[in-house]
Amino acid sequence: MHEVSLIEEVIALAEQERARQPFIRIKTIRLEVGVLGHAEPEALRFCFDAVAAGTIAEGSGLVIDMVGGEGWCADCRRTSPIAERFAPCPVCGSVQIRMTAGGSLRLTELEVE
Amino acid sequence: MCTVCGCGAGGLIEAPEADSHVHSGPGHSHPHRHDHGHRHSGDAIDFGAGLAGVSLPGLSQERTIRIERDILSKNAAYAETNRTLLREAGVFALNLLSSPGSGKTTLLVRAIADLQARWPIAVIEGDQQTSRDAERIRATGAQAVQINTGKGCHLDAHMVGHALQCLSLERGGLLFIENVGNLVCPAAFDLGEAFKVVVLSVTEGEDKPLKYPDMFAAADLMLLNKSDLLPHLDFDVGACFAAAARVNPRLQILTVSARTGEGLAAFHAWIEGRAAAALGPMAALA
Repeated sequence: MHEVSLIEEVIALAEQERARQPFIRIKTIRLEVGVLGHAEPEALRFCFDAVAAGTIAEGSGLVIDMVGGEGWCADCRRTSPIAERFAPCPVCGSVQIRMTAGGSLRLTELEVE
Repeated sequence: MCTVCGCGAGGLIEAPEADSHVHSGPGHSHPHRHDHGHRHSGDAIDFGAGLAGVSLPGLSQERTIRIERDILSKNAAYAETNRTLLREAGVFALNLLSSPGSGKTTLLVRAIADLQARWPIAVIEGDQQTSRDAERIRATGAQAVQINTGKGCHLDAHMVGHALQCLSLERGGLLFIENVGNLVCPAAFDLGEAFKVVVLSVTEGEDKPLKYPDMFAAADLMLLNKSDLLPHLDFDVGACFAAAARVNPRLQILTVSARTGEGLAAFHAWIEGRAAAALGPMAALA
């Protein structure tokens, strides 16, 4: 359940941001999560309220934007959508494909007041 | 309050001597800062405290702040600090990962016995509870520090940074970091190691790389352990290698038995080759 640690990091980043530009509360936290990445969006949502309790993020909403997977194929030299990290190239079937998107795990936006 | 990094409250590092606590010794210069705490209870460091609930008056109008920051950026910064410290100390570090019971500690005990005549060896042991593994390592004569993660399912670079302070690292030495037994979460956390080594045992099933692709995709070397049991199992080694290669085409694979010693010479040669390549330039810089 490393999603707990990830949410703690998100809240720490929000605290850092508040030190830079003060706000009273966070209405919404927006994350970008890659479908091929290390975090499960449902697990992030599940632990969010518990981790946020007693912090600047208490009571805030959590919006997760999922980013699809993409890979660049060294054989057909094209970027194509991939559904699994180890999927073959959907165009030519080669396994010489390197993931180029879908692994992200970022805090993108805070809606604050 | 931690004087290393200023952190204040909750995991556990247990150093070899009861009093050689990470936060009390000289040479304590951990160049990072953070806003959480950990509890110091006796001879270990306890990680896992939550964030303090504080509120601060400020602007009240509603607005949206673009942040665009990697959620693991803090861990990445600690990992980079560890990597720099290890490079400057001339130490070659491996992060050992697997599910519980794959034989990581037994592999380490064998590796230490074979390599400690030529390389100074230190070990960081990660487990949820107890210092049983660190005790097994210390019985070989190598130094070992135990990190207890408490509720945590993985080691992070911050915990490892603290554990490094408990070790007297010798130039030209090897550091093994045995991660918490877990084939999922530790894959996401860079600790500052040179390479990740994933251990899979033949009692686990040949499709593990497909079922837990993150770990096998992140690893540089895979050890297929407990090969002495193959005659008693239906484990398909070829299918296992194919599954691993599918997830990570650049993954190197060695078949070993920590019990009988089969294949360990190749593993130890891999360590020595990689360490020499990494430490040679380091020694030249020193």
